[in-house]
Amino acid sequence: MHDRMPTEGGHTVEGGARLVKGKLLTGNVAAAAGAMLARVDYVPAYPITPQTEIIETIADWVREGKMDSRFVQVESEHSMLTAAGAASLAGARVFTATSSQGMLYTIEMLYNVSGWRAPMLLVNVSRGVAAPIVLEPDHNDVLAARDSGFLQLHSETCQEVTDLVLLAYRVAEDKRVMLPAIVNLDGFYLSFTREPVILPEQKKVDIFLPPYEPVTPMRASKPVSRGSSVFEGFLYSYFRYNQHGAALKAKEVFQAAAREFEGLFGRSYGPVEGFMLEDADYVIVMSNSFTALGRQAVKRMRERGVKAGLLKLIMLRPFPTEEIAALLRGRKVVAVFDQNLAPGSGGILYPEIAGTLYHVRGRPNAILPVVGALGGKQTTAKELEAVFEEMMAIDREGKIPSPMFLMRGEELSRVKKMVSIAEGKS
Amino acid sequence: MKDMPTADYISPGNTLCAGCGGILAVRIFHKVLGPNVAWVNAAGCMTVTMSYPLSPMKSNWLYTAFASAPAGAQGVRDALDVLIAKGKIPATEDMKVVVVTGDGAAYDIGLQSTAGAIDRRLDFYYLCYDNEAYGNTGFQVSSSTPYGSSTKTTPATAAYPIGNVSRKKDLFEVWRSMKAPYVATLANSHGVDFMRKVEKGAEIRGPKLYIALAACPTGWGFDPRESVELEKLAVAAGVWPLKESVDGVIRHTVVPRALTPVREYLKTQDRFSHLFEPEENSVAIAAIQESINGYWREAGAREGFQVKVPEQAAVKAPSS
Repeated sequence: MHDRMPTEGGHTVEGGARLVKGKLLTGNVAAAAGAMLARVDYVPAYPITPQTEIIETIADWVREGKMDSRFVQVESEHSMLTAAGAASLAGARVFTATSSQGMLYTIEMLYNVSGWRAPMLLVNVSRGVAAPIVLEPDHNDVLAARDSGFLQLHSETCQEVTDLVLLAYRVAEDKRVMLPAIVNLDGFYLSFTREPVILPEQKKVDIFLPPYEPVTPMRASKPVSRGSSVFEGFLYSYFRYNQHGAALKAKEVFQAAAREFEGLFGRSYGPVEGFMLEDADYVIVMSNSFTALGRQAVKRMRERGVKAGLLKLIMLRPFPTEEIAALLRGRKVVAVFDQNLAPGSGGILYPEIAGTLYHVRGRPNAILPVVGALGGKQTTAKELEAVFEEMMAIDREGKIPSPMFLMRGEELSRVKKMVSIAEGKS
Repeated sequence: MKDMPTADYISPGNTLCAGCGGILAVRIFHKVLGPNVAWVNAAGCMTVTMSYPLSPMKSNWLYTAFASAPAGAQGVRDALDVLIAKGKIPATEDMKVVVVTGDGAAYDIGLQSTAGAIDRRLDFYYLCYDNEAYGNTGFQVSSSTPYGSSTKTTPATAAYPIGNVSRKKDLFEVWRSMKAPYVATLANSHGVDFMRKVEKGAEIRGPKLYIALAACPTGWGFDPRESVELEKLAVAAGVWPLKESVDGVIRHTVVPRALTPVREYLKTQDRFSHLFEPEENSVAIAAIQESINGYWREAGAREGFQVKVPEQAAVKAPSS
């Protein structure tokens, strides 16, 4: 357990061929470290793969006296979110984590907690949802929370996990926002993968993230009613619009906080991030850990003389429309890589990107919907190269894009073999 | 009754029905607890008392969700503890954390989260106002609904002459079996017994759970002015035993010398009217009486008291 204990600041370790700064941490421990650095008061928890290492790590640190928080394991994710939101209303800084089915089980409470304007943080470790049961990641779990009123920040690396936890608290607790937040990381690809993480110094974190100051907390001296009913539509509409306004405001609050973060810690974040975008004609839009594969495909296409680029979404709620529009304007073809599936519709993010671009002057000629890596399906840079080739073909032939569902021939033969076993034919 | 505190923490006008036994129980409970209370509520009749921008309460209130009020209590209790321990708020801000729900939440959808809170020995009160059905949605069957009650989802018809045929879940025993240190039943008609039990709970750390009979004029079908009298009759007929369990040891706190025949109780409410009209269903009424008699015989044998139970009239088979 002790090797999981983060040290303040970074030290140099051997990492592959070159020296990298930082300590090797799994994405899960990076999330727990973020919670510790944020000096959270309270962690209600419930186990689920692949998130469990987060709560085990925190339980350990609390019981060893390394983390001054109260940890309690409850009997379901639904109760976990209820306890988390209630504690936030009582004035505590609250952290918790879930995955997959657990995220789906919280849904009712996600809407409640955001309606309460309780700025707690939920880390989601993405895993595909049943049925069928699967352990590796896609984003149907976190995207089920898309309309709940939680802010959403998605991470590509373990470093981003720690950093986004700190940024998420800063934004969520801002008086202009006061909304809960989700930080997402992919199961297995990040959760169980050790990457070098430079842990911010506690002293600097304390400057960046001062103690939580609740608005109208539940107090004996000044009683409040929270979660009251609102029986008239106009009042309900008012509170809902208010929530929307606060969520929109969260973008500039994030941007300002990110500038301060960069000043203190030297790493910069935006709602979106471009890769080889300058002169790119063909751009793939991605999020989370598979973005690393996208970068590889872009580099290979560049080697082949194709002007390829990548746009990574970090912030999914609020949806950073202006930034997306600015970076996708003038491209020939854009592909949206959806690591999720809305059966009967397609990818979930595709219509959001398409809607964002509709009124943009110089919008791309075509937007290609791509669904891939469901249930963490191993994806090769070659598959993503095929996406770029399809973008080029669309551009060349002026055809209307039809959706791509990624699967390699070799995988399909394996599927056929297994289906025939299941049917008792072989 | 002169010991009843005069201070009230609920305003006299609120949105509940005339004669509501539920709000009366909440009012008495609050009187005994005093002002520093954080109520944590699940969906039910009490939820509609908090209608923005008004509140009849002079204390804190949090509506959570149907299934998870005890988890809300966990969050509030833990937050107060940790903030006081860290010196972020003074100890004078401490409150008694009280879950308040109807029987739908307590017996059905919220039982899992209650079990969790009991397992964790959470220091809280649970007040269930039990009107024996989903009252706020218009009186549908819950697992608290007694045998023989007609509800909107178990209506008594020619083909289904009993109405609800399942037995009322014994929540007192469910909670007791989970090792809750204190469990008690309450009736608004027995104010001294009621207050004494809430006071007793205050001396016990951990989960303190109360089931209060909540006569429901609209659901049960009786004149609102009879509400407290009806609860008195429920106790006298042995339908609603007043008891407590301290660390698992049960004691009946009100022992009727002789039970009023349950028929007298059933007759007063529309929800049982099909047991009397068009003709009396003596088999069903006898079955209800027998289960009450059996309960008191067993309780008396265990605790060493004797209750005179009504003699059963010879039951003739119902005409077919």
